[in-house]
Formats: sequence, C-alpha cells, structure tokens
Amino acid sequence: MKVTLISIPVRDQEQALQFYTEKLGFIKKLDTPMEGGNRWLTLVSPEWQDGPELLLEPAPNHFEPCKVFQDALMEAGFPYTQFDVDNIDSEYERLTKLDVEFSVKPTQMGTVKFAVFNDTCGNNIQLVEKL
Amino acid sequence: MTFYERKLKRLNEVLYKNQSQIDAIIDVKNYIDCNYETDLNLDLLSKVRFISKYHLIRLFKKYYGLTPRQHLIDKRIQKSKEHLTKGITVTEACFFVGFSSLSSFSALFKTKTGKTPSQFRKEQLSRNDLVYDS
Repeated sequence: MKVTLISIPVRDQEQALQFYTEKLGFIKKLDTPMEGGNRWLTLVSPEWQDGPELLLEPAPNHFEPCKVFQDALMEAGFPYTQFDVDNIDSEYERLTKLDVEFSVKPTQMGTVKFAVFNDTCGNNIQLVEKL
Repeated sequence: MTFYERKLKRLNEVLYKNQSQIDAIIDVKNYIDCNYETDLNLDLLSKVRFISKYHLIRLFKKYYGLTPRQHLIDKRIQKSKEHLTKGITVTEACFFVGFSSLSSFSALFKTKTGKTPSQFRKEQLSRNDLVYDS
C-alpha cells in the first residue's frame, strides 16, 4: 500500500484552489467535475510532483459531522495537516507579506521549528522545519 | 492562548527540558547532513559533541525518532536521487553519496523508494526529456 492522497476539508473549493496555489505555491494536478458542482481537485508540491496529492474536499458542505469536527479544530487552534519547509522563518515572512494570518509564529520545540496559519478555508495548517 | 498552544507548551515542558542536550543532538544531525558523503561512523560522530556512542544513539533516537545510522542512510538515498535525476550514473551516484558497495546501495535504494536506482534514473531522465520536448 502507498500513501498517495491527503484530504483537506474545505468549504469553498475555488477559494481553496486559489489560496493553495497562489499563496502556498502548490500546483493543480487533477480537476474533474463531480455531481452538484463539486470537483475532484488535487494538488501536488512543485518540487515533488509525483508525490502525495492534496485533495481539496468539500466534505463540510455535505457531511455535518465533518463540519462540526473542522469547526472544533479551528476553535481549539489545532492543525490537522502539516507541510515541511526548508526554512520556516523565510516562509513565515513570505506568507505574512501575502496577508496569511498566523496563530503561532515560528517557535522551536525540540528538534523542529513550527508555525501555524489559517488557510481561510476552515483549517489551521502547521509548517515545520526540521532542525 | 489556544487549547493547542497550551497543549504544546505542556509537552515542551515535559519532553524538551534539556535545551543544551537538544542543541548537541541537532549539531550531530547537521554534521551528518554536511558530511554524509564521507566515511562517517559512530566513533567519529560521538566526538562531534563529545557524547558517548551509546548515549548518542539513545538521544538521537529520542529526539529524531530514528538512529544516526538510519538518518545517514535516508540522507544518502535522498542525495543519490538528486544525482540520478541529473543523469549521473548509478555507480557514480553510489560513491558520490558515500556508499562503498554498489550492491548494498542498490538494495537500500530499492527498499526505500520501491525502485532500483537504474529504474529510478531511467524514469527521471525520460521525464526530463518530456519536459524539454514540451
């Protein structure tokens, strides 16, 4: 078995696509129309295009427990998804210039440095640099 | 402060009290990252920050979740992929990243990536051709 897909629940797929491509820098890989205006929408890292895909999934709009869970995570400041970066301080600086809001600024904890931002689609996302 | 931040703060206090020890292990990890192509061994690594060999293995595993040797292998495989993507031969890539045996390099590469180095190289090069052709 291989890990190929990571789901990110989003309220608005188009808004999520813009945020994840224009601000975070991911590349759109698949965009297939589904019923009811939904899309099978996946993204990959530019430097790892045959790596795992992120699925921007409109689950909170169609499955109430997902919405409740997502809201609870947001409220508690909990990130459920994490991306690795080479240099967290420069990434923090780059993203804050693009008006991305961070709830946790770059902070060292053990052998990593991490930060948490709001993806504007209902999720806290954690960035990590391994020291 | 959010619930998440409070949880992390507590974890930090419990797990990462000894900052000088953490800094020493980070130094050893960075030493491996900068010298992966040389003949690294535990005796040498233990001298980087004067930590006894067995203590070093234990601490490295505690803070990074894997042993120094496992980290070194991962680093070498990652670097060999970069070399192979640029078209360097399998034998050259093997020795450039510090492996001394082609057969153990090939076996480790297959275990870590699911492909042999030559399969990986062939795929990457044909992909590069596609990019240049398009």
